[in-house]
Amino acid sequence: MTEQTKNKGSVTIVLFSGDMDKAIATFVIATAAASMGMKVTIFFTFWGLNVIKKEGGLIKGQNWMQKMLNLMNYGHAKKLAISKMNMFGMGPAMLKTMMSHKKVPSLQEFITMAHSLGVKFYPCEMSMTVMGLKKEDFIDECEDVIGAVSYLSIAKETTINLFI
Amino acid sequence: MNYKVDKTIDCTGLSCPLPSVKTTLALEHMEVGQVIEVLTDDPVSKRDLPVWAQSTGNELLGIEEEGKVIKIYMRKAA
Repeated sequence: MTEQTKNKGSVTIVLFSGDMDKAIATFVIATAAASMGMKVTIFFTFWGLNVIKKEGGLIKGQNWMQKMLNLMNYGHAKKLAISKMNMFGMGPAMLKTMMSHKKVPSLQEFITMAHSLGVKFYPCEMSMTVMGLKKEDFIDECEDVIGAVSYLSIAKETTINLFI
Repeated sequence: MNYKVDKTIDCTGLSCPLPSVKTTLALEHMEVGQVIEVLTDDPVSKRDLPVWAQSTGNELLGIEEEGKVIKIYMRKAA
């Protein structure tokens, strides 16, 4: 552990959920912690991978099951559902409007801000394999693809661990 | 006020965690010992920014209130 992480602490967050509201909560905590000088790592797994998927591109996946999953689970930071009152997309649209009225950044702005504050993004290798996703399918801000062991080796050194 | 303000950032209308994030980003381009003035109208920031200063080691110089606007002065530490 470096001197900096000892004094200021560090945070690891596992983002399992692909819901917009939960992703925003993740990034609020991540950016606030990073601004306090804490070392922040976000491990994106399963539905959470949608948050860091690149916009556009063909239907991802190698076989028909993966293609079908990615078709139904199509999404990126701009196109996520919310965990409650989604109402076929009306909920997220209204929430985005309400947030912009209150000058709360959008998820994409949060991602850029977190990256410029030095927050590290790691996609989970195992869920990527299951869903047939490749490193190229994710935004450039991502670090290496890592597995559970690498995540745990980071997490055991940190002071705050969250699963969202 | 016995210090010279080197940079002012306007965080009015912004809510948590933006004032502390914007302050962090602004301080990156400032020299050690320079003073930043943060304008905010978010009452939570009045409590959060001193906590932020304490945990980052930057020195809180003072807080002034002018109507709804809260001005927070901090000196960049090494």
